[in-house]
Amino acid sequence: MIEVKNVDKSFDGNQVLKNVSAIFETGKTNMIIGQSGSGKTVLMKSIIGLHKIDKGRIEYDGRNMTDMRMSDIRILRREVGMLFQGSALFDSQSVLENVMYPLEMFSDFSKEEMIQRAYFCLKHVNLEEKAFGLAPSEISGGMQKRVAIARAIALQPKYLFCDEPNSGLDPKTSLIIDKLIHEITHKFEITTIINSHDMNSVMEIGENIIFIEKGEKAWQGNKDDIFHVQNEALNDFVFASELFKKVKIANQ
Amino acid sequence: MGYLADTGRYILLMKRVFVQPDRWKMFFRQFPKELEKLGLQSLPIVAIISVFIGFIMTMQTKLNTSNPLLPIYTTGLVTRDTLLLEFSSTILCLILAGKVGSNVASEIGTMRITEQIDALEIMGVNSANYLILPKIVAFVVMMPFLVIFSMALGLGGGYFVGILTNIMTTGDYLTGIQYAFVPFYVFYSLVKSMLFAFIISSVAAFYGYYSYGGALDVGKASTNAVVNGSILILFFNILITKLMLN
Repeated sequence: MIEVKNVDKSFDGNQVLKNVSAIFETGKTNMIIGQSGSGKTVLMKSIIGLHKIDKGRIEYDGRNMTDMRMSDIRILRREVGMLFQGSALFDSQSVLENVMYPLEMFSDFSKEEMIQRAYFCLKHVNLEEKAFGLAPSEISGGMQKRVAIARAIALQPKYLFCDEPNSGLDPKTSLIIDKLIHEITHKFEITTIINSHDMNSVMEIGENIIFIEKGEKAWQGNKDDIFHVQNEALNDFVFASELFKKVKIANQ
Repeated sequence: MGYLADTGRYILLMKRVFVQPDRWKMFFRQFPKELEKLGLQSLPIVAIISVFIGFIMTMQTKLNTSNPLLPIYTTGLVTRDTLLLEFSSTILCLILAGKVGSNVASEIGTMRITEQIDALEIMGVNSANYLILPKIVAFVVMMPFLVIFSMALGLGGGYFVGILTNIMTTGDYLTGIQYAFVPFYVFYSLVKSMLFAFIISSVAAFYGYYSYGGALDVGKASTNAVVNGSILILFFNILITKLMLN
């Protein structure tokens, strides 16, 4: 479980996060949603420690990250996997080498064990073996996301962060990626936090949703609650498209 | 103020670079790759420039020293000392600041803007140490070999110009390059080239590491790396010459 308590964050006097508190539960797909510029990416980067917060606490299963030294944060991060918006695969390495990288860096596995683990992770994300030797630039965007997921889970993380996992993907591939993240979260009991503004994802896998509006937490609930909320900003965001307006009417 | 802040950030970055690697195995995997990329791949440009500068330096020195009052070996002597003292260390490093500096800055800068450095940090890797240390060490190690290679080819270029153009005899040239030879000049040249190699690779890594935005910004980082690296080389050239030759 990750707990965020009264977090403030400013950049050059511009306050981006205002007293945000939230609980991200273990074994659930926790989602941070909100319009572009609402502060959701800053919140996620603050939770990971890429941004230093001005005020508040961030606790990983009771361990207060805000008080930790950089060397301790690095040790904590070995329990963290992250899927970046652009996949962030190392372009000088092959698909297999990318997945093996965290193992080579932090595990005491033998070479064979590392290859076995990398194969397991890559097969778990349904990647064909013929792609293992290719460079990231030689595979599609959807495949790159799968490799990034495989790399993120290689060290069996306790916490998984996904920044806009569906960005740039077609609806069908998006659905596959969403289901994969959801399945991995439940199977390995991971605390997963997904930063998204894709309403299809929210409706598909949103088990604990936090809505950020102008740097503040405006709502928290799950995908079933979302249809019955009397929050104007949330309704404007969620039901912006004609399709979701019709879905809402059908649900009422 | 900007330069002061940059100097502070550079020092802090170097503090993160010069620590024990998370895994020596990973360092020694990167190290030979960097030796090849920064050192061996620079050999062709070093060879071409050194031979041609040796050519032209000999011809111009001969033209300017065609005086019965000057000894016959002057051309070889001047060519040798110019190559040893300035060209094969300082000028060569200025040229390599363009090639290697832009390569390092753009590689690390691209990793920054495509979030590859963030990915390393999230994994718990000291990205500065992992990415920058092998580059600096490899380039500093390779630089003396590049300098010696350049000296040899520069002097060889001067020798061949004598054969090809008949402006002087090869005997006169060989006498000149051996006359009043000071071995300390070679040592001085190697020491300063190693310092310049450190400047080129670390300054370029600094600009790449702190680049942000898009492709345009990586280009700017690359330009800054080359320009500032070159200025620092010129500045430290004066400093080290004063320290070692006076």
